[in-house]
Amino acid sequence: MKGYAGSILRVNLATGQISKEPTPAEMARDYLGGRGFGIYQLFKEVPKGADALGPQNKLIISTGPLSGMLIPGGGKCDWTTKSPLTGGYASASMGGHFTAEMKYAGYDSIILEGVSPKPVYLLIEDGKVQLLDAAHLWGKGAFDVEVEFKHKYGEEYQIAAIGPGGENLVLYACINHDFGRQAGRGGVGAVMGSKKLKAIVVRGTKSVEVADPEGYRKAGMALYKACKDAEGLAEWTRYGTTVVTSWCDEVGALPTRNFSAGSFEGGEKIYGQTMRKEIVITDKGCFGCPCPCGKYSHMKRYGTYVEGPEYETIGLMGSNLGIADIQAVGEANRLADDLGVDTISAGNCVAWAMECYEKGILTKEDTDGLELKFGNIEATFALIKNIAHRQGKLGNLLADGVKRAAEKIGKGSERFAIQVKGMEQSGYATHSATSMLLAYMTCDVGAHHNRAWAITYDLQVGRSLVVPEKVARVIWLQNFRPMFDVLGACRLQWVELSIDRDLYVPAMEAITGIHRTWEDMEAVGNRIWNLTRLFWMRENEDFGRSWDQPSPRFFEEPPKTGATAGQITSYEDVQRLLDMYYEQRGWDNNGLPTPATLEKLNLAQIAS
Amino acid sequence: MRLYVDSTKCSGCRACLVACSLNLFQENNPKKAALNLIPHFPAPGVYEMKVCTQCGDCAAVCPTEAIKLNERGAYYVDFDECNLCEACVPECPEDVMYVRAELANAAWKCNLCGDCVAVCGTGALWIAD
Ligand code: SF4
Ligand code: SF4
Ligand code: SF4
Repeated sequence: MKGYAGSILRVNLATGQISKEPTPAEMARDYLGGRGFGIYQLFKEVPKGADALGPQNKLIISTGPLSGMLIPGGGKCDWTTKSPLTGGYASASMGGHFTAEMKYAGYDSIILEGVSPKPVYLLIEDGKVQLLDAAHLWGKGAFDVEVEFKHKYGEEYQIAAIGPGGENLVLYACINHDFGRQAGRGGVGAVMGSKKLKAIVVRGTKSVEVADPEGYRKAGMALYKACKDAEGLAEWTRYGTTVVTSWCDEVGALPTRNFSAGSFEGGEKIYGQTMRKEIVITDKGCFGCPCPCGKYSHMKRYGTYVEGPEYETIGLMGSNLGIADIQAVGEANRLADDLGVDTISAGNCVAWAMECYEKGILTKEDTDGLELKFGNIEATFALIKNIAHRQGKLGNLLADGVKRAAEKIGKGSERFAIQVKGMEQSGYATHSATSMLLAYMTCDVGAHHNRAWAITYDLQVGRSLVVPEKVARVIWLQNFRPMFDVLGACRLQWVELSIDRDLYVPAMEAITGIHRTWEDMEAVGNRIWNLTRLFWMRENEDFGRSWDQPSPRFFEEPPKTGATAGQITSYEDVQRLLDMYYEQRGWDNNGLPTPATLEKLNLAQIAS
Repeated sequence: MRLYVDSTKCSGCRACLVACSLNLFQENNPKKAALNLIPHFPAPGVYEMKVCTQCGDCAAVCPTEAIKLNERGAYYVDFDECNLCEACVPECPEDVMYVRAELANAAWKCNLCGDCVAVCGTGALWIAD
């Protein structure tokens, strides 16, 4: 199979058994790679009802046909598992240089199964694969682990490691790589921790063959040229994702004080422009990226370094905590990365606790003495550490995510726990942005933005409109955008530089030898979307419409300040959005794919 | 003519390395490239990139005269004539003369094709006199 490494590596951590099998040709044909390989193998291999943190769950890492190739941003890999946070499907995308290395080592997927009796790390050197003792690394931060392996094995090795958060089974623990890239969401790091796998170290020296070398070179070069000629290149490279911070603040989409508003009076202090001036020292790119969004920062006040903060972290650990201080946001980011917890979920949990504290629902007795008011930087740092170590009453409570925390505490705090399906919402306030709200409600991992980033579309066509066109737009985005995660490349060249997506078509054909239009690939996206839905249904008996509801804050409490003051989407409109969505997707009124839809998507067999 | 680099602009993306291996070996394999990327992380958080200056020190010591000048005025390795003796490697002041017998059966170096410049999005690389 051209364009693929050709093998799947299977590692049983319980028995230490390591085996390789050929990548199935039908899987490559129907699911292409990356996220597609992830859900297909998860659905097939993890038994119904498996404990996400138990021996039956698997952690599946997949590259795609564009990974490691001469393709802008061909450095994304997918980490799929059953989520301990949501009980459903988790898939986290990770940039950096790991995926290329893994593919050059010869693997399209790595399937990690079972639970090791003691801490280990996985060393992959092309075909030579070993599980080695990691007792001396257990308890260490992810950065220290990476430094240690770079010294031990050399610069050519790429490392993915968990911090204490993963070891302590924080339900939104992340996996770190390349001093600042993460597989962030859904608790993939907790699953790795439950398997007692501290790190994966990989070096690959093989080449990946393509179907048509000359066509490939030409198509690859054309993609690079398009990126380099793009008008937005300089601005995007200067600020990366933080470029949207000021815009979000202006339009009322910047999460502020636990999403109670969408504009922040201290916004300017955390804008991308401020960050660039005050703390950024180097641009840092993923494999093959001509428009590096990674901003490497030095926080002089703390004497520390971090890759970031990204927009999401600025939103969730800045304005959402009432912190108007870019160095403090950078340091909170560094703590979370090194300790191995997702900044988006952690920021949400801290914000919810701050609101509880200010409302008197939590007192100093519950916070282990922390004065947990919005804007308290030191308390934020302390709480992040407590969460990662499951230390103290509140740290341990928040380590289980905002939904469980609110269910335990009650007293109305459930109504301002900002999550969908148990996953904390990422960085867009959606009081009045109906496409984006729907995108969060229906996202296949919980309240995450990246499948359908529809917020700009809302502003274009009228933010509060509830019309079928908006729903259609969300569905198209959900089918199309995740295809980049399937192909193993970054989507931001298309999103941010607006390069012609048809330039990828000849590249895909030259690499794999199979002609596919974007319509063909969107059909694969649609199949994958429905398969993830089937996974949720299989794992949760009561799964359906009630799981697609947003946080009540977005239909009950209009913001008092900022650009969206007084604006809200009514509960009836929220339900109308879902009605239209289900209908357009070919799902029943409870949000379950109908037999006819499954038949059409060639999923009837796998569903039964 | 030679290749130049401004390391402060480099983002460590390795696009140049892939393009280079495609040019030299018609392969996707950044381990077989003629540029030398050295990341310094987590501190001080900078990339260092080394490239061939076409100084010719490698050619001067090659006992089989396998390192020749091409039409661009750049030294390149004639793969057929290289016997992997490694005499050239320590001579290179920039550490961009490569012999890795496990990866290729000839030495390799930059032949000034310009493909790395074509893919680098940050303007870190350019060719000039
Ligand atoms: S745009 Fe950012 S995330 Fe995408 S490949 Fe480039 S550096 Fe990585
Ligand atoms: S000019 Fe060509 S041969 Fe020289 S380093 Fe760049 S890509 Fe390699
Ligand atoms: S392509 Fe440019 S930015 Fe990327 S590693 Fe090479 S020199 Fe650095």
